[in-house]
Amino acid sequence: MSIWEVIIISLIKILLIVVLMLLTVAYLVYFERKISAWIQNRKGPNRVGWHGLLQPFADVFKLLLKEDIVPEKANKALHTLAPFIALFVAFATYAVIPIGPTIELFGYKINLVVADVNIGVLYVLALTSLGVYGITFAGWSSGSKYSLLGGVRSSAQMISYEVSMGFSIAGVLLLSQSLSPTKIVEAQYGWMWNAILQPIGFITFVVSAFAETNRLPFDLPEAEPELVGGYHTEYSSFKFAGFFLAEYANMIIASMMITTLYLGGYQIPYIDKLGLNQTLTVLLQVGAFLFKTAFMLFFFMWVRWSIPRFRYDQLMNLGWKVMFPLSLLNIVWVAVLIMVFRL
Amino acid sequence: MLTEFGKIFIFIILAIIFVIITLFINKLIRPNRPTVEKQKVYECGENPEGSPWVKFNIRFYVVALIFLIFDVEVVLLFPWALVYKDFGVFGFVAGIIFLLVLGLGMAYEWRKGDLEWARPTPKPPKLDELLKKES
Repeated sequence: MSIWEVIIISLIKILLIVVLMLLTVAYLVYFERKISAWIQNRKGPNRVGWHGLLQPFADVFKLLLKEDIVPEKANKALHTLAPFIALFVAFATYAVIPIGPTIELFGYKINLVVADVNIGVLYVLALTSLGVYGITFAGWSSGSKYSLLGGVRSSAQMISYEVSMGFSIAGVLLLSQSLSPTKIVEAQYGWMWNAILQPIGFITFVVSAFAETNRLPFDLPEAEPELVGGYHTEYSSFKFAGFFLAEYANMIIASMMITTLYLGGYQIPYIDKLGLNQTLTVLLQVGAFLFKTAFMLFFFMWVRWSIPRFRYDQLMNLGWKVMFPLSLLNIVWVAVLIMVFRL
Repeated sequence: MLTEFGKIFIFIILAIIFVIITLFINKLIRPNRPTVEKQKVYECGENPEGSPWVKFNIRFYVVALIFLIFDVEVVLLFPWALVYKDFGVFGFVAGIIFLLVLGLGMAYEWRKGDLEWARPTPKPPKLDELLKKES
């Protein structure tokens, strides 16, 4: 393949992923509202379009047409930069997540991942850590007490759970011996899913993912009753939409990472033994990946509308005194498992 | 040849362009009519009191320090995890010793009380005390 063919194929993949992601984020908001309505026995959005299906577009255009109010005490540069960082980080992470195996199309071998880098997991970890800056800048630069408190709380929460997230990932790496997401998925062939082999690590990772994405029960940074809106109290118009989109995009990334690292990614147990033709297999595998991700997203929403918010001391206790020792224990468990069974 | 990191580079540039374009379109079509009242910082409808950059608890700083230490240890643990299977029992023992030291550090922080946060101490009103006050 010449370099231009590679670039064009990459561009097509990137465009596909970005469009797909924007649509999923838009409809995730819709589904969140519908599911919350369903859980609380209400109807949810049902006016714009058939069963409210055009609601996300109405929301986006409303936010685009709103006036952008910057408070006089704000640090203007940082105030503008913060939503940029949040959105950019949320987008850039999608590059390394494999949604399917290699496929042959029009004579080209195409990996169903934008970039199959050998340090993919580190890339995701690094970028999601950058997300803390978006929130901290937003909180500090707004010049509002609520924003500042929300920003400080949020950064403390995110860094606390990042540690146990890192240790949980170390457990996955022990089994796969690689940082590349594709290799990690391949290492979970059959029923060797990491969620089954290391259930403790799975739980600590999921809980940390909830805390990293600031979702209930860990949405302390926004805690409406005490902090108004937390770090985005002073944001309006599309800057606010930036944070909003970033939150949902982060949720999708968290679900995709959980699927990739613990639920076997695009693997369907023993599908290659069935003797299906190759294209069908790949399609089924991509379907399996999307289904697993969708299930995790549903789980995120389910938890949000079922469990009340933690108090701040409970949150920090859970992070440092429960999740952290558990993730250490998980590493020992996996190490022993490998020693005993020679996996 | 375009490496995998080159593709990531393209992706990152596209992400930046996309974000800038959306915010620019927003700038073109939104109204802009600032007034003094609108630009006040939100404080429940009152005029804001004092500096917005209030003092916050020193514990946040301590947590940041603890995070720094343990995150570096995560970084040190990753290379060990990646070559673990090649080293057999020796790798196992080395890893366990490292984790023990790490756990010891954790136990120290715990014992020193750096992980404690202020708990609310609610005082539920008692009926007989209230009655005493009444009389």
